[in-house]
Amino acid sequence: AAARRLCILKGIYPHEPKHKKKVNKGSTAPRTFYLLKDIKFLLHEPIVNKFREYKVFVRKLRKAYGKSEWSTVDRLKDNKPSYKLDHIVKERYPTFVDALRDLDDALSMCFLFSTFPRTGKCHVQTIQLCRRLAVEFLNYVIASRSLRKVFLSIKGIYYQAEVLGQPITWITPYAFAHDHPTDVDYRVMATFTEFYTTLLGFVNFRLYHSLNLLYPPKIDGQADAELKPVEGKEYAMDSESYLEKLSALSASLARVVAPTHEDEVEVDEFPVEGETAEQMDAKKKEQEALEKHKKLFEGLRFFLNREVPREPLAFIIRCFGGQVSWDKSLCIGATYDVSDPSITHQIVDRPQVQQQVVGRYYLQPQWVFDSVNAKLCLPVADYFPGVLLPPHLSPFVTEQEGDYVPPEKLRLLAMQRGESPGEESEEEEEEEEEEEDDNEKEEEEDESEKEEEMKLKKMEEQKTQSSKALPVKVTAGKLRLEDRQRLEQEQQSEEKRLAIMMMKKREKYLYKKIMFGKKRKVREANKLAAKRKAHDTAVKEEKKKSKKARRE
Amino acid sequence: DIRNTVGNIPMEWYQDFPHIGYDLEGKKIYKPIRTKDELDMFLEKMENPDYWRTVQDKMTGADIKLTDEQVDLVHRLQKGQFGDVHFNPYEPAIDFFTHEVMIHPVTNRPADKRSFIPSLIEKEKVSKLVHAIKMGWIKPRKPKDDTPTYYDLWAHEDPNSILGRHKMHVPAPKMKLPGHEESYNPPPEYLLSEEEKLAWEQQEPAERKLNFVPQQYQCLRAVPAYSRFIHERFERCLDLYLCPRQRKMRVNVDPEDLIPKLPKPRDLQPFPTTQALIYRGHTSLVRCLSISPSGQWLVSGSDDCTVRFWEVCTARCMKTLPVGGVVKSVAWNPNPTVCLVAVCVEQSVLLVNPCLGDKLLYGATDQLLESYVAPEEERVQPVQWVMATAEQHSKGVRLVVQHSKAVKQVTWHGKGDYFASVVSDNSNMQVLIHQTSKRWSQNPFRKSKGLVQCVLFHPIRPYFFVATQRFVRVYNLLKQELTKKLMTNCKWVSSMAIHPGGDNIICGSYDSKLAWFDLDLSTRPYQLLRHHKKALRSVAFHRHYPLFASGSDDGTVIVCHGMVYNDLLQNPLLVPVKVLKGHAITLDLGVLDVLFHPTQPWIFSSGADGTVRLYT
Repeated sequence: AAARRLCILKGIYPHEPKHKKKVNKGSTAPRTFYLLKDIKFLLHEPIVNKFREYKVFVRKLRKAYGKSEWSTVDRLKDNKPSYKLDHIVKERYPTFVDALRDLDDALSMCFLFSTFPRTGKCHVQTIQLCRRLAVEFLNYVIASRSLRKVFLSIKGIYYQAEVLGQPITWITPYAFAHDHPTDVDYRVMATFTEFYTTLLGFVNFRLYHSLNLLYPPKIDGQADAELKPVEGKEYAMDSESYLEKLSALSASLARVVAPTHEDEVEVDEFPVEGETAEQMDAKKKEQEALEKHKKLFEGLRFFLNREVPREPLAFIIRCFGGQVSWDKSLCIGATYDVSDPSITHQIVDRPQVQQQVVGRYYLQPQWVFDSVNAKLCLPVADYFPGVLLPPHLSPFVTEQEGDYVPPEKLRLLAMQRGESPGEESEEEEEEEEEEEDDNEKEEEEDESEKEEEMKLKKMEEQKTQSSKALPVKVTAGKLRLEDRQRLEQEQQSEEKRLAIMMMKKREKYLYKKIMFGKKRKVREANKLAAKRKAHDTAVKEEKKKSKKARRE
Repeated sequence: DIRNTVGNIPMEWYQDFPHIGYDLEGKKIYKPIRTKDELDMFLEKMENPDYWRTVQDKMTGADIKLTDEQVDLVHRLQKGQFGDVHFNPYEPAIDFFTHEVMIHPVTNRPADKRSFIPSLIEKEKVSKLVHAIKMGWIKPRKPKDDTPTYYDLWAHEDPNSILGRHKMHVPAPKMKLPGHEESYNPPPEYLLSEEEKLAWEQQEPAERKLNFVPQQYQCLRAVPAYSRFIHERFERCLDLYLCPRQRKMRVNVDPEDLIPKLPKPRDLQPFPTTQALIYRGHTSLVRCLSISPSGQWLVSGSDDCTVRFWEVCTARCMKTLPVGGVVKSVAWNPNPTVCLVAVCVEQSVLLVNPCLGDKLLYGATDQLLESYVAPEEERVQPVQWVMATAEQHSKGVRLVVQHSKAVKQVTWHGKGDYFASVVSDNSNMQVLIHQTSKRWSQNPFRKSKGLVQCVLFHPIRPYFFVATQRFVRVYNLLKQELTKKLMTNCKWVSSMAIHPGGDNIICGSYDSKLAWFDLDLSTRPYQLLRHHKKALRSVAFHRHYPLFASGSDDGTVIVCHGMVYNDLLQNPLLVPVKVLKGHAITLDLGVLDVLFHPTQPWIFSSGADGTVRLYT
């Protein structure tokens, strides 16, 4: 168990030997092998002694309890050995960027642990620490506006932020109680979490300092003053309420240096050698798009209904410069009320809204997520409460050539390019589609005719072949139009086939493998497209039927 | 005032009795008669003003009305006050001992001795503690370390301090990012259909492509918790610390680049490209083919116990020779002045004069055979040379060479006088060399070196090639010794052909390989071609054009360009130029024999479907 812990903390993983039989005394049974060097490296670790000390401490304590020597117990507890993982963090991540690169798992784990109940499973302190670090990180992301992508999956909510040019992706579970599985070793997870919290703490510290923010975070004085008189009474414990206020994510953070009011730092242009003007332009454009994306919700005021998951939505909206509030009884940190007339969007997740206030959009939460992924405020009509939502697409998929692209994505891409497919065009599309259908049918007929012709020809040929014994008869020869292009293609393909025959064995294997992969990809894409087509036609027919029914 | 003498007992014991106890005289005390029902009780409760102060005496069962004092007492007790009204709990306290220090002691007892000397017990305790501290059993309380838990760890990033082992460290690969199918509201094509779902369920969890079933929810409110979330995190943890990591170099090559650049077949013409003629007539598999040196006549031997002679240009069967046995091999005499065909039928080799073509020519052949004069002394021969009977003679058979075992192959020497036959036997009598003009045979080998598959004469030099299962041995006939042994790298050689130049050999094998040997280069194949999908049955070289062909059980004939250069520095160039299809596969057999036309770039192939085909 100690070895396992050490391996986890030091990031040592097994090694796959080149010659399995040689190291395994001739057997090929599956075993894990560690490099001897790694194990020696582990033995040199000073923390090994700390672990031993702790073991001794536990033994002594147990003995003292057994003898009920309370003074000894007190004394031992005073001298409880503790250890720090700082040097391991530094050793595993010699540079800050290394640490950022490996932050994905750390964040996911911390977010998971922070949702655990405070009983059983693991120490309460760990859970609290995880919660604190997670909230701190979220606050940093808000302050730096570095969130890029969000995705509602059936597993949880994925977020992707870009910190110092490194994409960091993490997943948070939906806010439900976990049913704790029995076949999971929580000790392993706890060891990982121990390391991850240390890592995340240091990373947070560094990140906060890079933005000139105070660490541990403090709510900006002005916002704090606004909050206090309202909330102070209901929350008894000041220390606890502070974290909760932080975790409400509604207030901005205090800075070490007071921010000089919103000065836009113009990006200086450093002409890099060997870079053409086009590249520069592209870069600049990208920069502009990024800036625009960061200010997506600027000036919008959101109100979250109570059935909506508050934390993720508040986080996302604040990340893109929007203002957000919720019902005062729902959580601490609400800044304005439902009745506020300046609210522009109200996020609602119920089939219909009883009392609608004029002057604001009532939208389903998916609008926020889709807008963030599309990098523009999408048209609201598809997202009204009770409406059948358009599919929610993953922002993490970048389609390459030959991959299947869902039609919604195509539409979205068109919208991003600036084209605006209105409803009219959709209708047109439908008409067009119908026309196309007709055309297709005709084409099919043509094809079938051709096929029949071909068949006839073939039969004739066969007859001529087999009619050698029969009385000789001359039939009028048909002029065969030779498709030159097709012939050429055939010839080329045959040449290729022959060349493939001459490949070396190894290259042929590789070639076949690559071609197999390509073919499989195409097959999968075709399958998806066919499925979509079938679905669309089914929907269309249903629509037609309903229309007919309505007419009748 | 004891009315009931039962004592301090639970009164429930008397529940079922009419009496409630006994009085002093021992008589039963009866329970008062209670005839009141609920209604009466309620009415009494409403009407009786003293109802609230009426209690039931459990001992006697009688109702008692409490007096005012009693009620007062109850109230006081309820409030937690003393029962006695007159008791004052807050009387002023009077010190029973003065707090002022007096000049006289209270007692006059002299002080103890122990109050002047140090305590032994304490000393013992202290000495124990001191000993424990000295021994290091007790440690002084550690000072609280007041460094902050988090600080700028990477304040002094020193790129030089990066450990060497950090460079070989393989960072854990990131988790796969979710695709469209993981969305809570995916496009409809990503949802699994019923069969797919069933298939998903039946798969092993490790084999599944997705570790979840895509699902669609109408709104975010309806999305439930994902039950395997903790599992997946845990599995990730296990992967991180239990999985070996390896850097895999992903091959990033364009598959088109892998295809070797070969000269285009168009530039290598002429070679046969299309099927021109079909020679129909045989009713069973056509095992063997041979062509006359002039290229006008074709002979084929079949399993239907006939040998047929065809005219090449018209596909007409000129002659059918029933031989009464399966024909394993036919060979036309390569000497253009002799018109003679050797045919293997069971245990004998027939020398047939087909009587085709120039009358002078085949007449001369007959004369040549008849001019034989038997030697004076009979020599012991491994075979018997028998003159054909009259009946056979009329059909064209001139001589019969009778072997002891079945003959499977016959091949002529380039000059046309000698021919070799292969007997399926595993003694040293497998290969025999016959001389037609002297009608005598000899056995060149003293020892058997394995099962001989086929034999071949060198076209120019006095060499003799013998292919056993895995090797090809080259014998010098003049010196009578083994000159070379070629390793074919095949499991079972089926056929062999020699380049007219004499320096290159190709071997076809049943494990669908074709080995090209350059005799000057090495004893191993210069190139192994794996073009066919099934076993090779026969291979052939063209006499003039740089072409060779192989026929296989998969029903195809592959024609390759095999250029041999005159200067020794340049290696032969092998390019496949055409795949000829046409033979139907019957009984798992496709093409059984291939043969080039001696002068034209044409190829004949005989197949298991009973046809011979000509491609031009």
